Formats: sequence, C-alpha cells, structure tokens
Amino acid sequence: MTTSTAAGLGIRIEGLRKRYGEGGAAVDALRDVNMVVAPGEVVGLVGPSGSGKSTLLKCLGAVIEPTAGRMSLGEQVIYDDGWKTKDLRALRRDRIGFIFQAPYLIPFLDVTDNVALLPMLAGRSNEDSRRRALELLAALDVRHRAKAQPSQLSGGEQQRVAIARALVTRPPVILADEPTAPLDSERALGVMRILNRMAEQTKTAIVVVTHDEKILPTFKRIYHIRDGKTYEEAGEGRAFS
Amino acid sequence: MISLAGRDILHSWGKFVLTGIGLGLLIGVTLSMAGIYRGMVDDAQALLANSGADLWVVQQDTLGPYAEPSSIRDDAYRGILGMPGVAAAANVTYLTMQVREAAADAGADAGVRAMVVGFEPGQPGEPPYLIDGRRIARSHYEAVADAKTGFVVGDRIRIRRHDYAVVGLTRRMVSSSGDPMIFIPLKDAQEAQFLKDNDAILNERARTAANPALNRPGVPGLLEAIQGAQTVNRSVNAVLVRVGNNASASEVARRIQRWKHLQTYTQAEMEEILVARLIATSARQIAMFLVILSLVSAAIVAFIIYTMTLGKIREIAVLKLIGTRDRTIAGMILQQALGLGLIGFVAGKTVATLWAPIFPKYVLLIPGDAVRGFVAVMAICAIASTLAIRAALKIDPATAIGG
Repeated sequence: MTTSTAAGLGIRIEGLRKRYGEGGAAVDALRDVNMVVAPGEVVGLVGPSGSGKSTLLKCLGAVIEPTAGRMSLGEQVIYDDGWKTKDLRALRRDRIGFIFQAPYLIPFLDVTDNVALLPMLAGRSNEDSRRRALELLAALDVRHRAKAQPSQLSGGEQQRVAIARALVTRPPVILADEPTAPLDSERALGVMRILNRMAEQTKTAIVVVTHDEKILPTFKRIYHIRDGKTYEEAGEGRAFS
Repeated sequence: MISLAGRDILHSWGKFVLTGIGLGLLIGVTLSMAGIYRGMVDDAQALLANSGADLWVVQQDTLGPYAEPSSIRDDAYRGILGMPGVAAAANVTYLTMQVREAAADAGADAGVRAMVVGFEPGQPGEPPYLIDGRRIARSHYEAVADAKTGFVVGDRIRIRRHDYAVVGLTRRMVSSSGDPMIFIPLKDAQEAQFLKDNDAILNERARTAANPALNRPGVPGLLEAIQGAQTVNRSVNAVLVRVGNNASASEVARRIQRWKHLQTYTQAEMEEILVARLIATSARQIAMFLVILSLVSAAIVAFIIYTMTLGKIREIAVLKLIGTRDRTIAGMILQQALGLGLIGFVAGKTVATLWAPIFPKYVLLIPGDAVRGFVAVMAICAIASTLAIRAALKIDPATAIGG
C-alpha cells in the first residue's frame, strides 16, 4: 500500500470490516479495506454496483458502524473496533463535508443560507456564517447567485453550492458520492477542477466515489473496491487545462 | 440561528395559508359553537335581569315558568304583596306561539315564533328599555316587540283572534330557547292563553247545557254562570316579586313558600334552573361538537404536518447527515405545526366574528374563549406534530447517501 500522507492526517483506514446480518444470513460488505488519503489530495473510489462503495462511504461518514478495523480523520481516531467519539453528529458536522449525487440543497433556504446553515448549527453567528459562505461562493464562482433559491440554479451551479456547503466548516475530510453523475462532461470536469483546487487550497482530503469514466483521468490515485476489498492504483492525474 | 420553520413557511406560504384557512374555517365553527353556548347563557341571564324581579313565585313543585308549565291563580299576588319585605308583585304569563302580521293570510305566512309575555305596565316583567317607539299606554291591543321579531313600530300583528299595534321595540329579550319576546297587556295575554275558537265554545256550551246536573230547571241562572266561568281565565304562570331595599330575597322567598304554598325561586336559583338544567342538554350537545371538532382539527393538522414532513424526507436526511441535531429538526416541525395553528386561529377568529351576526340565535364571542381557543389550538397542533416528529426522527441519515 502506498502511503503518501503524513501520519495522523487526512484519512487513514486500516483493516476495516462491515458485516450485515448474523449467522447464515450474514453478508460481509467490507472485508479488508485499507485506504490513506493525504491532506489536499483527491482520490477516486470506484467499483461495480454492490462492491461496497456506499457502505465504505457510510462507515467513513460515521453514518453506520463498522464491524471491526480502525479509522482516523485528521489527527483523530474515530473508530478502533468501536466508535471513539460519542457525538457522531458533531463529528459529521465539524469534521466531515458531504457532497451527494444530487445537490440536495434545502429548497426553502437561499443559496447563502444553504451554505451558512452548518456553521450556524454549530453555534457560529449568522453574520460570520454568511460571510464565510459568501467567500466560498465567490471562490466557486456562484457569488452572483447568493440570494437565489436552489430551484433557480442550473445543475452545475447547484453542485458548486453543494461543494461550498461541504467546505464551509473547513472539515479535514470531504466525502463525495458520485458528485458528477448528473452533469455533462464539461460540467463534470469543472466540478473536479473545483474539488482539486479547493483540496489544494484548504488541505482537505477528498474521497470521490464515482462510476463516471470521464473524470477518472483526473485522479492521481484511485482505489478500486471489489468484493469488499480495496486495491490501490495510480491514476493519470491529468492536469486541468 | 435562522428559523428553518419560518423559512419553509415563507417558501411555500401559499400552501400554508390555504391550509391554514381551511383549518381556520373549522376553528371558526368551533369558536362559533362556544359562542352559541355563551349566547344561550347570556340570553338566560338577560331574561332574568331584564324581568326586574328578585323572586319568581310559581306553582308548587314545578320549575316554572320557563322550564316547566306553571299555573297559579291571578289573585295570589295580592296576598304576596302584603307580605313583609315585598316591594312589588305582579302577574305574568308566558305563551310561545307563532305571531304573524295582521294583514297576512294564516296559511300563507307562518309568521315569527315568539314568546308572548303578558305583563302589567309599570310592574316587574315589563321590558326595561325601548330602542324605538313608546311603552304600552292602553289596556288592550298594544304590543312591544323584541327587534329580533323583525316587526317595526306601526306594524299590526295578530295574536290568536286579536290584532295588536306594535308601539315599541326592545332588544335582548328572548326566551330560554332563543325565541324573541312580544309583550302585551296581561288581560289580553290571559285571554290569548286559554281562548278557544268559536266552534269549540259553541260545542262546550251545548255540552254543558245538555248536562242535567249543570242545567237544572229549578235553579235559574246556574247554566249561564257556569258557561260564563268557562270562558274566563283566572290563571297566570307566575308572580314576579321585587323585594324591598333592606329585605333578604331568600328570607322573603322562604316566607312565601311557607305561608302561600307556592314555589318561590330567587334569581340565583332561577339562573341555576335556566343554565344548569334547561340549557344543560344543549350545552352537552355543544360540548360534544367541540370535542369532535377538536379531534377533527387535530387529525387534520397531524395529517397535513405528517404529509409535509414525508415530502421532505431527503432534506431531513441531509440535515441529519450534515449534523443537524434531532431537537432542531423536531423544533422545525413543531414550529410549522404551531405556525399552521396560528394562521388557522387568526382565520377562524376572523370568520367567527364575521358570521356571528348572521346566526339566528345570539352568538356571544368573549375574549376569554378566544384565549382558551388559542391555547387549545396550539396544544392540539403541538400534539398533532408528534406523529410527524417521530417520523422525521426515524429517517435514516444514510438515505442521503446513494447505494
């Protein structure tokens, strides 16, 4: 396994297992998953349907509990044959950013408040939260849509707002679940360009689960997952023109 | 922290307002039902207060004159008048009947259902104030009507076989069942109460004449005397008594009961009869309606909030996934339910106020009921939202992640 991250930073997964059910009906969704993602790195996670991609993402996102293994986010060990933190919601809110296949923006909040909601939930002032949101919207070229409702945005704009939402609390880790699936090639590459830029600028470790072949060349490293096991492969890491 | 519920309501305000108005109509009906009950109680209290009496003297062992038939001799008041503590005593009669305009054909016009009150001018039982016209000045064939009868000064109305001129109008004088009152002189009312039609009088006379015990050849004048007695009514329904300034009403009542062998009720006892007994069934009926309407309102709010919550499963899953606490999500749903209740209450109070004057019976909307109604609506909405909150808290945040 290639290790390109400083110890204790980014994402580190060792020997992760997840079993659904018990006895004869038990299914091992993850058997032996190992993964390391450095701060500022964007890695791909690919595999056929049912290979365990979503299960791995849910485990990493502290949504479901693994059966065994060890996971670290940044300097914090979050799982070591059991959760090491009691407040998983706070962990998700403060240390993990999520980007979904569909943007899933809150339809009754405008673009700024969609992004600012998380820091507000964390207890930061509305003013600070909105200022931070506007900075990110500017960085992602959607500042001009700050007051728009999500339904007024194009698919690409919505996904950029979703990226801003994932970045707003400055999490050390972002988990992206097929973020380019609903986009055409140009927009998909645009999203990947943004993710790479933001990862580099904010030193965020980003895992992108994807089926999308057109974005595979953008990864420097790709993890393949088959039958619940991960296999690392060097990617093309094609530079964005 | 921004109000998620407030933003959601603003975002889909049309849906909320329309739903709130629908709920408001239901709340309006509920408030009106309470207003009808309050109106009945108020009518009863107005009936007692406006009669100008401290005591009601009625037939022994009856709850008369409003709750049960009561008949006493019309000279009983003389004895009562002479008792210590009695300042005034007067006969009254009450007769509920259809009263129509004199010019109208009996078959064509059903008239107005009214309680015809026979009273002696200047005595207890007289309407306390007029809003138009004058008091009754003649001994016969003049009437004062409650404005709710629809009659105006100058109208001629028919009560039994006689026509009466409406010379005055009063207000808030209705019977315990809500029928407006028409006041006529006592003698006319006594006649109207027991007056038979001409055919019946002829038949009765013939029947009496055919009775050998009453038509004795050896006793001249007996038959005429008996027939004369048959056409005269010497009964009234009650004697209204006003006690002196220093007299105790209950003490005077006790004396009348003891020495006159008549049932006597004080104002408090009569109010108890009217409110607790006479309109008790109606009150229970209204209470049942209130309970049913409350349950229906709760079911509607629960259904609406539940449906709205189910429509936001993805958003709630995302909110939970990104770290929103359960209490924030529960608070959002609770606030939406309360917001819906608030819109509904404002709409309900408005429509109840607007349509109250249209009701045939007096609808009294009191601020206390509005406050109680508001608290009840909010409580119902809060309880109704628990179903949706439970559903929202059960949503698995993992559903936001595909696969």
